[in-house]
Amino acid sequence: MSPDGPTPSAPDFHAASSKALLDAPLRANFRRAMDGLMAKRAAQFPDPADWNALRARAASIRARTLAKLPELLETLEKKCISNGLEVHWATTTGEANAIVLKILRDHGATRLVKGKSMVSEEMHLNDFLAENGVESLETDLGEYIIQLDHETPSHIIMPAIHKNKQQIARLFGQKIRDAVYTEDVDALTATARRVLRQKFFEAEAGLSGVNFAVAETGTLCLVENEGNGRMSTHVPKVHIAVMGLEKVVERLEDVPPLLTVLTRSATGQPISTYFNMITAPRGPGEKDGPREVHLVILDNGRSRIFSDPELQVTLRCIRCGACMNHCPVYTRIGGHAYEAIYPGPIGMILTPQTEGLKRRHELPHASSLCHACAEICPVEIPITRLLVRLRKEGAQPPTGSKVLDAGGGRSRLEELAWAGWQAAHTSPLLYRAMGTALRFFGPLAPRGLPPLSAWTKARTVPKRARKTLHELVREKGIPDA
Amino acid sequence: MPETARAAILGRLHAAAGPVSALPALGKAPPDAPASKGWTAEERRTRLRKAMEAVKTEFLEATEEGWPRAVRDFLVAQGARRVAYGPATKAGRALAAAFPPGTPPELVPYDRPVEELKGALFSDIDAGFTAVRSAIAETGSLVLWPSPEEPRLLSLVPPLHIALLRSADIKETFTSTIREEGWARGMPANALLISGPSKTADIEQTLAYGVHGPKRLVVVLV
Repeated sequence: MSPDGPTPSAPDFHAASSKALLDAPLRANFRRAMDGLMAKRAAQFPDPADWNALRARAASIRARTLAKLPELLETLEKKCISNGLEVHWATTTGEANAIVLKILRDHGATRLVKGKSMVSEEMHLNDFLAENGVESLETDLGEYIIQLDHETPSHIIMPAIHKNKQQIARLFGQKIRDAVYTEDVDALTATARRVLRQKFFEAEAGLSGVNFAVAETGTLCLVENEGNGRMSTHVPKVHIAVMGLEKVVERLEDVPPLLTVLTRSATGQPISTYFNMITAPRGPGEKDGPREVHLVILDNGRSRIFSDPELQVTLRCIRCGACMNHCPVYTRIGGHAYEAIYPGPIGMILTPQTEGLKRRHELPHASSLCHACAEICPVEIPITRLLVRLRKEGAQPPTGSKVLDAGGGRSRLEELAWAGWQAAHTSPLLYRAMGTALRFFGPLAPRGLPPLSAWTKARTVPKRARKTLHELVREKGIPDA
Repeated sequence: MPETARAAILGRLHAAAGPVSALPALGKAPPDAPASKGWTAEERRTRLRKAMEAVKTEFLEATEEGWPRAVRDFLVAQGARRVAYGPATKAGRALAAAFPPGTPPELVPYDRPVEELKGALFSDIDAGFTAVRSAIAETGSLVLWPSPEEPRLLSLVPPLHIALLRSADIKETFTSTIREEGWARGMPANALLISGPSKTADIEQTLAYGVHGPKRLVVVLV
């Protein structure tokens, strides 16, 4: 595989979501998990006034960050270098993969332990490294489970939430030597602990994501519960951190307000078990910690998103996943149907912008625009407004648009239909003629066939009134204007 | 390649930042960080305990004179054989004074590079002992700044972590801790907030403790 990864054919969201809807165990697994996450989050924000103040603060911090983004990245780089880190920049995921591989080769490393990182998912890093002779092992329990089964995450916080314990028990029984079949969650966890401790012990290098990178001090912050993130960043002699360029924040004091809305929104915890702040590699006299720390800053379409004043707000996201947990579409179809690294509402605005509207023009339509995502977002991203904007960007001619593959979802039939609609509504004569024609010939239209079947297969066909509103009004003796 | 990628990315961001910064002010002005909570020392202590006990942290109450003995008694009761610690810290010296040589549990000094100690640390140590720098009442978190005298892995690799905390060091919030201790002036190589034993809910959202880090966290509260 090239460093840029596979280029599969364009995904078919309608087919994938229809299939997911019929998968009863999948729906049960998601329903249970999402109800749990929603309840836990709600318990963390009992006071609406408090919630409004917290999210206003968090949103203003992210807005201020984006207003100064290039300067803050330069400050971050400078601070990191003076702290003893090496900083790398990658325009594409292919470049980022090549950078990671080169660091590993420089150290003769063939075993990499990974903390959870969505950016590394964007990079398809595991597959790329495997093809280059490096074992890249996920160590977050959920990520470990799906890596064993050659799957991708179905949720950005709970990557294996689509599986139930019976499925995981079977998987462990098949894939892990000496593992006996058990559905006991503590026993399954203990099995993973035993296998992965040996891996932490042996690995020459560790890789992590970054939740916040503080420009003021050059500090990389990591949020986690399991301790695998600390194992991956403290034990091996080299630590590589990969981050999307939007992860920077200005000051250390910006961190607590973002951390609190992140953990409370994501899993309903007041704080995660570990908050790991890394500022430098092993210092003089220190007994442990990595000898080298590398930071890879990835663009992968983010600077393009940044260049559009309305869509830029997409980059405020702190990856809490609350929009997924509350989305009536996501909770029913799960994460895999989106066939994207980031599923759910945030994925529906992010993926079309990074992969382009030609491939992903369907995604912004996978929403009822109910606003649950926008209401729940702790950094006030107006997700529904952006969905509507991206729908337009997909359907309209791409005049001066900065969005990747703008106009990529245009349909000849749809444009003709709207042109006809416009003509009819601007000419009284045509309007009346159309009304009459529809009354007589409309009932003859083949309902079971496209395009009408898209509506009628799930809904009752509306009955036509015998008289139009205009006729009824005229009968009341009110003349036409 | 890296230099050109850097120039390309920053070039695009700078070019775009022009029209963006010309946008009207960003709605609401940033609200001020909340003022002090006004919690008494007793309230801070109670809140910390409540928050940490909710996630299965255990507490041992002890006095300034009695804590090394309390730690030893606890470890004996747990059947611990080998306990790693930092011998060069004040707390480490006080602890060592309570452990008569030759009688278990044995204190193992973490006083050389991990490369020489890794095997023992991963397979042969039952507990790790550290002091903590401070604690955060609001979230129930211990603040650790690992150092050459008290390395990072002491609080991570052994299955039991014993942490010494003085009540006077319990602060109100993460923000107030950063401010009062002047973190922004100089961060250590590694700073940690630890808010309980290692845990996961990745299987069916069922909480399981002790996945990769310590299975138990015991706070010795003085």
